[in-house]
Amino acid sequence: MTISFTLNGEPISVEAPSDMPLLWVLREKLELTGTKFGCGIAACGACTVHINGVATRTCVMPVAAIEGADIKTIEGVSLGPGEMSAVQSAWLEHQVPQCGYCQSGMIMAAEALLDQNPDPSDDDIDNAITNICRCGTYERVRTAIHAAARARREA
Amino acid sequence: MSNETKPSSNAAKIARRTFLVSAGVVGGGVALGLALSPNRLKIYGDDVASGDEVILNTWVKLTPDNKLTVIIPHSEMGQGVGTGLAQMLAEEMEVDWDTVSIEQAPASNDYINSDLGRGYIVGEGAKIPSFVYPMLDFTFLQIAKGLVGQLTGGSTAIRLTGYHGMRRAGAAAREMLMRAAAKEWGVPMNSVRAEASTLYHDASNRSASFGSFAVAAAKFTPNLKPALKSPSSYKIVGTPKPRLDLPEKVTGEAQFGMDVIVPGMKYAAIAQAPVFGARAVAVDGPANPAQQIVNLGDAVVAVADSYWTASNAVRQLDITWDGGDQALTSEDLRASHNKHLQETRHEEVMDKEGDAPKALQSPDAVSVEYAVPYLAHATMEPMNCTASVHDGKCELWVGHQNPITARDDAAKALGLKKSDVTVHNAYLGGGFGRRARTDNVVQAARVAAEIGAPVKLVWSREQDMANDFYRPAIVSRMRGLVDDGKISAMSHAYIYSDAGMPDSERPFAFQYDVPNKRIARHPYPSPIPVGSWRSVDFTQMGFFNESFIDELAHKAGADALAFRLAHKSDARHRAVLERLADEANWGNPKTPGASQGVAIVDSFETIVGQVAEVTVEGDDRIRLHRLTSVVDCGQVINPNAAEAQIHSSVIFALSAVFFGEITLENGEVVQQNFPDYDMVRLRHAPTQDVHFINSGHAPGGLGEPGTPPVAPALTNAIFAATGTRIRELPLARAGFRSV
Repeated sequence: MTISFTLNGEPISVEAPSDMPLLWVLREKLELTGTKFGCGIAACGACTVHINGVATRTCVMPVAAIEGADIKTIEGVSLGPGEMSAVQSAWLEHQVPQCGYCQSGMIMAAEALLDQNPDPSDDDIDNAITNICRCGTYERVRTAIHAAARARREA
Repeated sequence: MSNETKPSSNAAKIARRTFLVSAGVVGGGVALGLALSPNRLKIYGDDVASGDEVILNTWVKLTPDNKLTVIIPHSEMGQGVGTGLAQMLAEEMEVDWDTVSIEQAPASNDYINSDLGRGYIVGEGAKIPSFVYPMLDFTFLQIAKGLVGQLTGGSTAIRLTGYHGMRRAGAAAREMLMRAAAKEWGVPMNSVRAEASTLYHDASNRSASFGSFAVAAAKFTPNLKPALKSPSSYKIVGTPKPRLDLPEKVTGEAQFGMDVIVPGMKYAAIAQAPVFGARAVAVDGPANPAQQIVNLGDAVVAVADSYWTASNAVRQLDITWDGGDQALTSEDLRASHNKHLQETRHEEVMDKEGDAPKALQSPDAVSVEYAVPYLAHATMEPMNCTASVHDGKCELWVGHQNPITARDDAAKALGLKKSDVTVHNAYLGGGFGRRARTDNVVQAARVAAEIGAPVKLVWSREQDMANDFYRPAIVSRMRGLVDDGKISAMSHAYIYSDAGMPDSERPFAFQYDVPNKRIARHPYPSPIPVGSWRSVDFTQMGFFNESFIDELAHKAGADALAFRLAHKSDARHRAVLERLADEANWGNPKTPGASQGVAIVDSFETIVGQVAEVTVEGDDRIRLHRLTSVVDCGQVINPNAAEAQIHSSVIFALSAVFFGEITLENGEVVQQNFPDYDMVRLRHAPTQDVHFINSGHAPGGLGEPGTPPVAPALTNAIFAATGTRIRELPLARAGFRSV
């Protein structure tokens, strides 16, 4: 079937089986490989993108369900060429990623959290972000989210 | 890292030629390649090294515009290896750090790093500290068959490649540049100085960029023993340079093996034998012309135009498996281990002092048993590999810890020459030892050959969980005797399944001064595949030894940390414990109402001491508030990346302590995905305090040594809080769970 939606600000139509998860449509049909496959059952968060502003795990989200939706992926997070978002800048400032594989999903989850809660506490962060990072970047994820929150408030 | 994804059998050749041309201008640049033979260090030029020569895999590419590229012969799997190695080279070369970039070395024999240290041993003889010898064996360990490899493992990149290779390559390159300038300017070499990628002759007020002398410099023979800087004059090493690989890891641009796109490629999903050793004797399923089924014998693969379609297809197959031990269970294996531990016929004594058996006949001797389970690696990026086989050539795209063995094993499986196989090594989405194996690579190569098209093979998480090379499940029996507050004798007997760690690493050592010791292993090959899992045998031995010393301290009525100190004469160990007591407020937890536990393990030439602070909520819910680490890894190359490695090792170990257990029923792995093989997440992650001791020693490893003390520090803290001694992992076995 043909599905039409907005992807990183641009309208797009794609041909895909209706039950194909959005993850694979993004990665294979649209060749946006920043969104990662980790578990296939929405347990790890590596595949997180924003659907209408909500952080959503796409490995179990049939593409048919996003007809007309507004999708933002990691590729759409940068404010412009070479211009990183506050979260991305904080991620670099605090040297968060290690292997980096889970970080697209982690950043998308952090962006969504800050959109909803501009000044999250440690508990807010712990409860909102349940993504798995096998490299254990959690300590710096927390620090960087606080830093990004400050930067966004001061912007 | 290159984003080149088009299938080009020339890619490796081009890269190779770029770096092998001697002193020639290639694409506007100059490649300074250094090759090391047992007796001489020389420019590696058209006269390719002969049989007995050993190549220093440290490559310096300098362009006329004064940009330096360091070619990195290790895989990037989260540790920031490229940045660290480049810092070591740039420091000695006196390069302006802002001009430095890194590039992944091609998987070619020219970059084999196992030969590196060996070459320097021959070259330097007795000057090499003895610890390097066992480490060299360790570098060889996964590759013993061929003795060739480009392994990233054993926490060796910095302490071997960096310390013995990159530093000298940088210093030798600087000397060559200085020599070239001295000749051109007609001045003595010792009147030329190098600073920030510039050569100066102060007396005549002359200066020139490194780049302008690259061609001339490459004509000189590098010095085998260039003068190295004193650490006190370091400007780049020891500073928290931002990792060069991170910008593309926050934009989604970093390319992992999983992300490779080869034009025209198909996608493959796999069903591997659920029982280890079984074969697919019949494959039935709905016929679909859009899908191809390939029976690899121990696995069946469905190929389609998308991974989703292929994974649905493989699920719909009706596969008849035959063979393997279909009755195997974890309980039976545990019983066999216990039985095997009672028999001494096959035991191998690993360490012996005094007469422990005699001393331990005392009725006051303590005897306890410990057990740890199989553990999966569960890298975030499930196993995958992309392969293209055409015209007798094979190209592979994969993130691999040992691209040379990946190449060799693919060549063997396809009946090709090694030189006909090209590996493009991508970023690794976690390695931890798993990605030193080539099962996924061989599968992809065989499927690509079979279907005659490029193919990306992707394992589901469930396939990844059930087809690992697991950390061995073993049991251990410890005995000890305390006399007048001191341990007078101890013995340790344990089941040994070879996970690839050489004895010279001494993971079994009881790292305390005890007059009577006997440590014996009982070899019992694992019925399922086992392999290196971050810190290898030290994870099990660290838990056994550091739990047992805690038990003996309790028996002696002594403070757990003071008791350890009373049995340590090694000055570095003592310094770590003393600093730890200070930093962690030992005896006075920083978290109100918390209990503390301590552990210390020396592994991979690095000593890590840790204190855990826990509270128990309700009867059984463990909250780990804080974990303090004190680390003596000798010279710290990059403090920021070093701290990250400790953060990482701690979380990796905590996932195992809280949740990690692979069990077997009917010969099959029970756990399938993260719900039943769960992971520590943000809400479980403690506050971490990490402190480094600058002991002035050469750098030790850092990828693994933070892992072994975590489990015992935590379980010792739980004992302090509850009086319950945890002798089996994970915590659920003792009735505890995480908050």
